[in-house]
Amino acid sequence: MALLSLKNISVAYGKNVVLKNLNLDVEKGELVSLLGPSGCGKTTTLRLIGGFVEAKNGRFVFNGKDYTKIPVHKRNFGFVFQNYALFPHLTVFDNVAFGLKQRNIPKNEIKKRVMEILETVGLKDYADRSPRELSGGQKQRVALARALVIQPDLLLLDEPLSNLDAKLRVKMRLEIRKIQQEYNITAIYVTHDQEECFSISDRVAVMNNGVIEQLDTPQKIYNLPRTEFVANFVGFENFIELELEAKERGGGGFYKLKNGQRFKVTHFNGREYERYVKGAIRPEEIDILNEGGGKETNTLKGIIGISTFLGKHYQYVVETEVGRLLVNGSAHKRYEKGERVTLYFPEDKIVLV
Amino acid sequence: MFALLVYLFLIIPLIIITGAAFGTDEYLRFPPQGFSLKWLANIFEVEMFVRTFKISLEIAVLGTVLALLVGIPAAYGLSRYDFVGKNFLQGFFLSPVLVPGIVFGFSLLNFLIIKYEMPVYTSLLIGHTVIIMPYIIRVISSSLENFDYSIEEAAISLGASKVKTFFVIVLPNITSGVIAAFILAFINSFNNVPVSIFLTGPGISTLPIQMMSYVEYYFDPTIAALSVVLMVMTIILMFIIEKTLGLSYFAK
Repeated sequence: MALLSLKNISVAYGKNVVLKNLNLDVEKGELVSLLGPSGCGKTTTLRLIGGFVEAKNGRFVFNGKDYTKIPVHKRNFGFVFQNYALFPHLTVFDNVAFGLKQRNIPKNEIKKRVMEILETVGLKDYADRSPRELSGGQKQRVALARALVIQPDLLLLDEPLSNLDAKLRVKMRLEIRKIQQEYNITAIYVTHDQEECFSISDRVAVMNNGVIEQLDTPQKIYNLPRTEFVANFVGFENFIELELEAKERGGGGFYKLKNGQRFKVTHFNGREYERYVKGAIRPEEIDILNEGGGKETNTLKGIIGISTFLGKHYQYVVETEVGRLLVNGSAHKRYEKGERVTLYFPEDKIVLV
Repeated sequence: MFALLVYLFLIIPLIIITGAAFGTDEYLRFPPQGFSLKWLANIFEVEMFVRTFKISLEIAVLGTVLALLVGIPAAYGLSRYDFVGKNFLQGFFLSPVLVPGIVFGFSLLNFLIIKYEMPVYTSLLIGHTVIIMPYIIRVISSSLENFDYSIEEAAISLGASKVKTFFVIVLPNITSGVIAAFILAFINSFNNVPVSIFLTGPGISTLPIQMMSYVEYYFDPTIAALSVVLMVMTIILMFIIEKTLGLSYFAK
């Protein structure tokens, strides 16, 4: 049984519905990320689990118990905030010790545990400092130590790295992941940064408009998105309308485009029983051939439009009979505006959504 | 240059008062003729000055403490939560500064003393508590504006109850605001005339009221001497604050 489950949770602020019948199961020891654009409900979901937001409908079950109505301070969840939220009037030591003091733990035990956790996050020598004297990364480490020292049943992280600079973010996310695995803590991590999310998570829940569009491993989310929104979010910029014509014996099938052209697609991605689907493909997976080049199927003729230099490659807007497509081409050769080309769509790179 | 003029404009009356306070003449005169401490001593001769000074002090301290007890939770509620009628309540709490003091004092007289026949002292205390409440709420609210409520949430998530969090986390972080509010309210209460004038009665008066009535009958430099004493007190108060907290707390 899952350690944590949200069952048909709805949250609304007045008439503004933020979460709609949300369901989520998290296993013990897992790190699950909530990923999505701002306003998708990811932070609300986290705050609901933490107890700061009340559900209008639905239940939150944790470790077999109904936690829906349990007040925040009785939940024993560690919370790490985006802006660190350290107590400015207390030293690093007292910040970390705060949660233990609430639990009436003897003084020497508190001291031992605080120093232990400060050592883990590499701030042993900073115990007597005031939070004002710390850098952003150090502050976030203190916040992490403060949340971990109470041995929480669940660790909740709300965009913990978004106030740090890029290099530090990479370093800190590795540390967070290491500590999470070392302590075998179940964690929920909210972020809008894809790379951060994929690198740190066991599973990712991509959210949009208050619902979870897909909950899967980072690899699955990245390679085999299940919905158009997820596909778009992870970088599939092109969507081509397809109609199923014939299935192949060994898997995959033939699809007809709006202009009559045929595409072969290797994987159904669970859509083998749907007649009308969309084929999603990343700009970098489309090959540009000179006009009239080779193959019959999986090609489209097009005219090069605007081009942008992106460093590793050029990106072109290509006008085709089925609409505008974004295509990346080699940085060595630049196609001119108005040039006629043939685009080739490898059959195993098309993801049906 | 202009700043210097403004500064002089502000400081010269104080110098004149101070000079006049130590003169030997029977009336206010500047520059003073000779030097004497008799007017200073005379303050303590007038028994009503001593008594009203005590009352003013009591009312200011008690009133400020009462206003803080009501004002801090009110300011917290107003800044922390969104609710129906919040704007109305905000306006309501600030209304005593908007209504002219005379009107406010008169209505308190009608209401508390005439209608409900409350003792003068109690009415005076209530009047002062209400009149300084807006200052408390304004100052505390502005220091709560800079307060990051995720700190409060962090404390609650670590196992502290809401009430405990307020005392161990929120309050220590707005101490400067509370002190500033206390001093502002104290000074306002101590100086108040328009409300006090209606709420004083036989045997119970405040120092400013007593000073006014004294000036009506006498024009000797006792008042100047008393002003100097009050000035020195304020300076000492500010000095203590500067030494313990730093005046920069008020600049924040």
